[in-house]
Amino acid sequence: MFKEWQGLNKGPWSETIDVRDFIMSNYTPYDEDERFLLGPSAKTMTLWEKCEDLLKKEASSGGVLAIDTDRVAKINSHEPGFIDRENEVILGLQTDEPLKRGVNLYGGLRMAKDACSAYGQKLNPDIDRFFSEHRKTHNDGVFSVYSEEIKLLRKHRLLTGLPDGYGRGRIIGDYRRVALYGVDYLISNKKEDIKHITEMNEETIRMREEVYEQIKALEDLKVMASSYGFDVSRPAENAREAVQWLYLAYLGVVKEQNGAAMSIGRNTAFLDIFIERDIKNNLITESEAQELIDQFIIKLRMVRELRTPDYNLLFAGDPLWITEVLGGMNLDGNHMVTKTTYRFLNSLSNLGTAPEPNMTILWSEKLPECFKRYCSKLSIRTSALQYENDDLMRDYYGDDYGIACCVSGMRVGKEMQFFGARCNIAKLLLVALNGGQEELQGIQVLPKTTVYPAKVLDYNEVYARFQDYLDNLCKHYVNTMNIIHYMHDKYDYERLEMSLHDSDVKRYMAFGIAGLSVLVDSLSAIKHAKVTPIFKDGLIVDFEIDGSYPAYGNDDDRADIIAKDIVELTIKTLKKYKTYRDSEHTLSVLTITSNVEYGKYTGNTPDGRRAKTPFAPGANPYNGRDTSGAIASMNSVCKIPYSSCRDGISYTVTLTPTLLGKEEDQRKEILTGLLDGYFQSYGHHINVNVLHRDNLLDAMENPDKYPNLTIRVSGYAVKFNSLTREQQLDVINRTFHGRL
Amino acid sequence: MKGYVSSIESFSALDGPGARSVIFLQGCPLRCFYCHNPETWEAKGGKLLESSEIINKVSRNIKFIKKNGGVTVSGGEPTMQIDFLRELLQGFKALGLHTAIDTSGYVSIEDIKKVVEFTDLFIVDIKHIDSDVCEKITGNNNESMFALLKYLEDERKDVWLRSVLLPGLTDSEEYIADISSYVQSLSNVQRFELLPCHDLAANKYKDLGLNNRLSEYAKYDIKTLQKIKVRYNELLGEKVVI
Repeated sequence: MFKEWQGLNKGPWSETIDVRDFIMSNYTPYDEDERFLLGPSAKTMTLWEKCEDLLKKEASSGGVLAIDTDRVAKINSHEPGFIDRENEVILGLQTDEPLKRGVNLYGGLRMAKDACSAYGQKLNPDIDRFFSEHRKTHNDGVFSVYSEEIKLLRKHRLLTGLPDGYGRGRIIGDYRRVALYGVDYLISNKKEDIKHITEMNEETIRMREEVYEQIKALEDLKVMASSYGFDVSRPAENAREAVQWLYLAYLGVVKEQNGAAMSIGRNTAFLDIFIERDIKNNLITESEAQELIDQFIIKLRMVRELRTPDYNLLFAGDPLWITEVLGGMNLDGNHMVTKTTYRFLNSLSNLGTAPEPNMTILWSEKLPECFKRYCSKLSIRTSALQYENDDLMRDYYGDDYGIACCVSGMRVGKEMQFFGARCNIAKLLLVALNGGQEELQGIQVLPKTTVYPAKVLDYNEVYARFQDYLDNLCKHYVNTMNIIHYMHDKYDYERLEMSLHDSDVKRYMAFGIAGLSVLVDSLSAIKHAKVTPIFKDGLIVDFEIDGSYPAYGNDDDRADIIAKDIVELTIKTLKKYKTYRDSEHTLSVLTITSNVEYGKYTGNTPDGRRAKTPFAPGANPYNGRDTSGAIASMNSVCKIPYSSCRDGISYTVTLTPTLLGKEEDQRKEILTGLLDGYFQSYGHHINVNVLHRDNLLDAMENPDKYPNLTIRVSGYAVKFNSLTREQQLDVINRTFHGRL
Repeated sequence: MKGYVSSIESFSALDGPGARSVIFLQGCPLRCFYCHNPETWEAKGGKLLESSEIINKVSRNIKFIKKNGGVTVSGGEPTMQIDFLRELLQGFKALGLHTAIDTSGYVSIEDIKKVVEFTDLFIVDIKHIDSDVCEKITGNNNESMFALLKYLEDERKDVWLRSVLLPGLTDSEEYIADISSYVQSLSNVQRFELLPCHDLAANKYKDLGLNNRLSEYAKYDIKTLQKIKVRYNELLGEKVVI
C-alpha cells in the first residue's frame, strides 16, 4: 500500500500487479459530448511551434535531421535532452537533442551502417570495429542459420519484409505499470517470479536470464528518469507524474529498441483516473489536463528511429506505429470512453493532424452515440483515425488489450507476438503453375513438378496445385520465423519492454499474406471465365482471359467465398508446423504500403493484372474492381473470418465528402451508420479516408500547399508528402467511392 | 417477375434519408437535356433481373441501411416498369426497410396507385413549373407531375421535391418566387432539394455517342449558389437544402 494511492478504490490490483483491475475499479465512463474540451495552452502552442520548425527542417534535410553516430543507443546512452525547457510540461527525449536519431546496433550492424550512409553519415569506426569483432547481432545470427531454400524464397520475394535485419517490434510494454506501481515494486515482483524456478533446463535457464535482463533494464530506467529529476522507483502521485512516468517508460523502450511497430497500448481510461482525482482535489484545471495530454502527444510525435531507405519502401512515411487504442467496452458491459479519451483525440484539433500517435478507435455498437459522432467528425476532417471491432476482439482478448502496429490484438502486459511480415500468395499461384519456378526469371524456388500444360486452366487442378505449393511454402515460412525469433530473443531481446509484461507471457506467431484480392480474382477468373496460359521459353508468363468473372469486392459469393477458403486453408496449413516457444499461429491480411513493392516483383496474373503493378492493400478488393458501392465492398471484406485471421484483416476505404451527404451533420450520421453496419457485419478493421481525388492530385504537384495532409493506408496514417511517387499514384488509383 | 435494371448501388447518402441502397431501373419517357444518366433511357437496356434477386441483394445491406436509411428505386423513370416496381417495393417493405421512389412525376395516377401502399417517400423532380418550358427541357409537359403531387397530398404521403438549377431557366428571382409559393401550398413536402447542374456526365454522353446539350451551360460558382439558397430559405425556411 503506497501513499500515492490515496483516494483510489482498492482491490486485487493493490495486492498484485493488475492494471486492468485498477482501471475497472476506478475509472469514470463519460457519456456526453465534446463540448467540455479546451484549446491548447500557451505553453503547448509555443512548444509545438518550435517542434513544427524542427519538423520542417527535418523534412527539408531529406527526412533525417541528425544522427548520433558516436554512441550505441541505450536507455542511458545520452544526457537529458530538451526542446524548450520553459514550455515543456512532459520531459524526455530519445537522445540529447530533438529529432536526433540514435543508432541501434543489436538488430544488425550492416543495416545500421547503411542507414547512416544513406543520410550522408558514417558510423564511428571504433563502434563499427568493436561490433564486427566482438558482438554478433540478430541479423548475423539469422543468416548463419538460414537454409538455402529460405534464402531463395526470400530473394525471390515469396517471403517478404521479414524482420531479420531490423527490430521485430509489435510488442507492447504495459507502460502504465511504472506509473501505478513504481519501478521498485516491479523489480521485487520480477525477483519473486523466478525464485520458485529450481529445475535448470534450457527453458528455465533462458527465462531466468531474460528476467535478469529485465531487472537490469528497470534499474536503467530509474537512472534515466532521475537524470530528468524524476524518481520513478515509487508510484506516480498525481496526473502529471502519471503521464510523465508512463512516457518515461515508453521512452526507455524507444531509446534502445528500434522495433518495426512500437505501440503504446491502452492508456486513456488509466490516465483519466489520475486526472479526475486531481481535478476533484482542485489540483489541476481542465486546461492543465488538456495540456498534459497535448504535451504527451507532442513527445510521441517527436519519436524517431533510424531506418534505411529500403525499409521505407515497405513501410513508407517513417512510421513508428505508436498505436493507442481508444474507447471499447468492458466485460461488465460499460463503455470505456472517458473525458481523457476525448482529450487525446482533441490533440488532432489542438496540434493539427499528424500520423502519430496511431489513434485507433475500438468500436462497439454500444459506445455512446455522441462519442461515435465525434469520431466520425474527426475522420471527416482529418482522415487520421482507424477503427477496429471491439465487439469481435473482446471475446478473444478481454477488455484490456491493445493493438500492436495496425491490427494485431493482444492483452497488454500479458501477451506478445513474434512478428512475421508476410508471404506473397499471388506470386505463389504463378510459382505453382510453373511447377515451382518463379515466373520472372524461371528460377526453381520450390520443389520441381511439371509446368501447367498449354490448355485452358482447370479450377480444380489449379487449386490442388496451389494447395501443394502452399504447404511447401508454409513449411519454410514457419521455419524462417522460428529462426528469426530465436535469434531476436538471443541477440536483441527487448529487455525493458518485456519487463513490463508478466513473466509467463503468452506468445503469438503472426504470419501474414499479401496479394489476397489478386489471388482471389485470379481463381475466380479461372473458375468463371476461360483462362489460357501464354508461354515464353517454357514458362507461363501471361494469360488470355475469355469472358468475364465475378470480382471480389462486389458482395458476390462466387468470388468472396474463395477469399474465405484461402485464409482458412492458409492458417490450417501453417498450423501443421511447430512454432518456436510454442507460440500460437495467427494470420493477418495486411500489407502496410508494401502492396506496391510486392506487386513490383510479381508477374502477370490470371485476373488480368499486369506484371509489376501494385496489389490492393491488405484485404481490399483490387483497385477499381469493386464497382457496386461502398456497402457491397464492405460486405465482401466482412466475409473473411476473423477466427482464421486473428492477427487482423485490414481494409482501407476512401470516400469523397459529398458521398456522405450534403451537410456536416448529415455526414457524421452517415459515416457513423456505415461504421456501425460494417462492425455489426463482423468487419475487423477499417481505415477511413474522406478525401477528394483532386486534392491528392494537387498535393502530388504542390506538396507545399498540403504540409499536413494525412491519409490512412493499410493500418496506419502517413503524411501524403512522405510517400514515394509510386506509392502516391497507388493511393490515387484506389477505388474512390463517390457519385456524380 | 423480371425487369430491366441499369445498376444497383449499394450505398448512397444522396437519394433520400440516411444511408440507402439504390436501384436504377431502365427506361425513361423524358429526355431532359441535362440528364446525368442517359444510359438509363432505353426501356430494354441494362440487365434483365428477377425481382427476388434484387431484393436478396439489398437484404444483404440491411445492417447498414435499416436503422436510419432504406432503399430507393430510381432510374430512368422507375414507374415505367410499374408492376416490377411494385414487386420490388413490396419485397423491401417485407424486409422492414424504408422505401422511396425517385420519379419525374411522369406517371398516371392509376399506375401510382399500384405502388403507393409500399412507398414511404416520393422524391419528385419538378422539372419546370411552366408547362411550355417543361416541354422544352424534357420533351413533355408537366400536367401529370402536378396531378401526382396533388394525389400524394390527398394520400398524405411524404414528399421530397427536387429542382435542378439551370442558369436562366430555374434560377431567376421570379421563378424562385413562383415555385416557392407552389411548394408552400403543399402540406406534405418535407424537404426541397436544389441540384446545381454540372457537366460531370460528359464522359457518359461521349461513351454513348449522344449529343451533350448541357456543355454550353456554365457551372455555378459558390457565391451565386449561396445567394440562391438564401433567397429560398427566406421563402421556404429550413427545408431547403443544396
